[in-house]
Amino acid sequence: MTHSAPLVTTPVGTIEAISKALGKHLVSIEEANNEIAVHIHRDALVECMIKLRDECAYQQLMEIAGVDWPDRDPRFEVVYCLLSLTKNHRIRVHLVTNEDHPVPSVTGIWPVAGWLEREVFDMYGVLFSGNTDLRRILTDYGFAGHPQRKDFPLSGYVELRYSEEEKRVKYEPVQLAQDFRNFDFLSPWEGADYILPGDENTGEDAGKAAPPPTPKTTDTATQTGAGKAANKEAVKRSVRKPTATGDKA
Amino acid sequence: MSMQQDLAPTNGDDVIQNYTINFGPQHPAAHGVLRLVMELDGEIVERLDPHIGLLHRGTEKLIEYKTYLQALPYFDRLDYASPMAMEHSYVLAVEKLLDLEVPLRAQYLRVLFAELTRIKNHTLNIAHHIIDVGAMTPPLWLYEIREDIMGFYERASGARMHAAWFRPGGVHQDVPLKLLTDIAEWLDDRMPRLFEDAMSLVVDNRIFKQRNVDIAIVSKEDAIKWGFSGPMIRGAGIPWDIRKSQPYDVYDRMEFDIPVGTRGDCYDRFMVRVEEVRQSVRIMKQCLQQMPEGPVCSDDRKVVPPKRAEMKQSMEALIHHFKLYTEGFKVPAGSVYVATESPKGEFGVYLVADGSNKPYRCKIRPTAFSHLQAMDFMTRGHMLADTTAILGALDIVFGECDR
Repeated sequence: MTHSAPLVTTPVGTIEAISKALGKHLVSIEEANNEIAVHIHRDALVECMIKLRDECAYQQLMEIAGVDWPDRDPRFEVVYCLLSLTKNHRIRVHLVTNEDHPVPSVTGIWPVAGWLEREVFDMYGVLFSGNTDLRRILTDYGFAGHPQRKDFPLSGYVELRYSEEEKRVKYEPVQLAQDFRNFDFLSPWEGADYILPGDENTGEDAGKAAPPPTPKTTDTATQTGAGKAANKEAVKRSVRKPTATGDKA
Repeated sequence: MSMQQDLAPTNGDDVIQNYTINFGPQHPAAHGVLRLVMELDGEIVERLDPHIGLLHRGTEKLIEYKTYLQALPYFDRLDYASPMAMEHSYVLAVEKLLDLEVPLRAQYLRVLFAELTRIKNHTLNIAHHIIDVGAMTPPLWLYEIREDIMGFYERASGARMHAAWFRPGGVHQDVPLKLLTDIAEWLDDRMPRLFEDAMSLVVDNRIFKQRNVDIAIVSKEDAIKWGFSGPMIRGAGIPWDIRKSQPYDVYDRMEFDIPVGTRGDCYDRFMVRVEEVRQSVRIMKQCLQQMPEGPVCSDDRKVVPPKRAEMKQSMEALIHHFKLYTEGFKVPAGSVYVATESPKGEFGVYLVADGSNKPYRCKIRPTAFSHLQAMDFMTRGHMLADTTAILGALDIVFGECDR
């Protein structure tokens, strides 16, 4: 470890203790970047949180973060960041859900979850069952859509201005004088996800792309389209053409 | 209330019902754009519903469309009362994912300016708390300190507020020696003089105490349940400070004390901040004494761009400079939650990287979110005039709360 980020030392046996406390509700537990991530089943969230708070001493809920993974099947990930004031340790609890399946609310355990869940609902449209006050929180009154989803455009759909004629604020569709420019700065040699022209036959994708057209070859002089015979043909064509048009005229 | 209704129809007296008033969104004591819907029984607050989001700018969404370096200046604009403290969490999160080592001088400079920022934030908050309960002179004196600090900011970074000075790998530029000696002189003389003068007018003032003592008492259990951090949790009597318990940069080499409150009321939270300013001065003095010479940025050329002078001589440097300011650097896939002790409390960044040059997700944990949410139970049963004192002691800035 060479970085100078906040030093959190995991007490010995933490992973075992958490796995034992959560038992069958646990999906997986892993340690990466010196942080412990606990993946649990969605429906067992409240029981797990009570166990983590009472048995494992994670007293504080600091944050609930949503993450959108459009390619995965349960599309949304909800991440709870817990802090233990007594053990001086942090863990993250992850679960997955989609638009239709509500996540049990933890407002009964930590009242602070009220607004945090409202924010995840506002930004992603994840529902929380048991949260009695699931209103939008950061977006405008009467806002439609969930802006943090990956398929929501950065510019949004409506813009508003004060209309001097109507003496009120008007909502109108977004009109950009210039399109939002998203430059592709990724180096084509590392990380770009398209095939460069000429690279179709190399690497993993060889054979998948259509074979390039066979280049034209010339073995003899006649095939080059040059020489006496070809010249005669050309003269014939050039002479005949004007006459033909002349006849018609 | 029901009794009043029963006895009501006498001599044409009106029945007084609970009424709802709207506080803000444009109110000088709202510390920004906060709308409070308050239900009052006479002058007693029965229920309070803060409506936030009026300053929502979609910072987290914007960050997903920017490279790691381009995302940095957005952090200055979160809590604009303490910009460098916001950058601190972000650069540490990026460095943690990269596992990047930061030179010692840069770590000292960051701690020095993080503490300077703490003074900047606390003087603003203390001043506004005082002005909210009706005093005028101390805020004017405290603003002198703030003005000095903005001068130091400008001399270090070129900007008075939005510095963008902390960078992944260190700080952007070294500071001139004269700036460090000026800060040292300021800490020895001008700063304590101004600050203690202003505080002598307030801390034992009868009116100030009447407005703050025993207002909005928060117990230890409530502080934990409501996710409090920073001066709010310390005001409630829990000695918790991330600088001490999970030290980052060179905080493990610093000697400082953590003030805690005894009653958990507005006055305690105020006094915790006052003492934190004094402790910050202590930390800054130690930084200035111990700060070594050396580079102020990592020399990992795949993350940190070379200096301009180097570019004039070296083709390699020119290429790196071009690549880092167009494509940016790539961060290995993974996720971290990094929280630092910002002046207002725990300011966290949950960063999800997918291995590309842009953050996949950057969730910002604002301090104000949990504190403002708790205002409902803190205000219940208090007078209408106390809400400004309570709000002042919460230390809310809406750039950070609404993001």
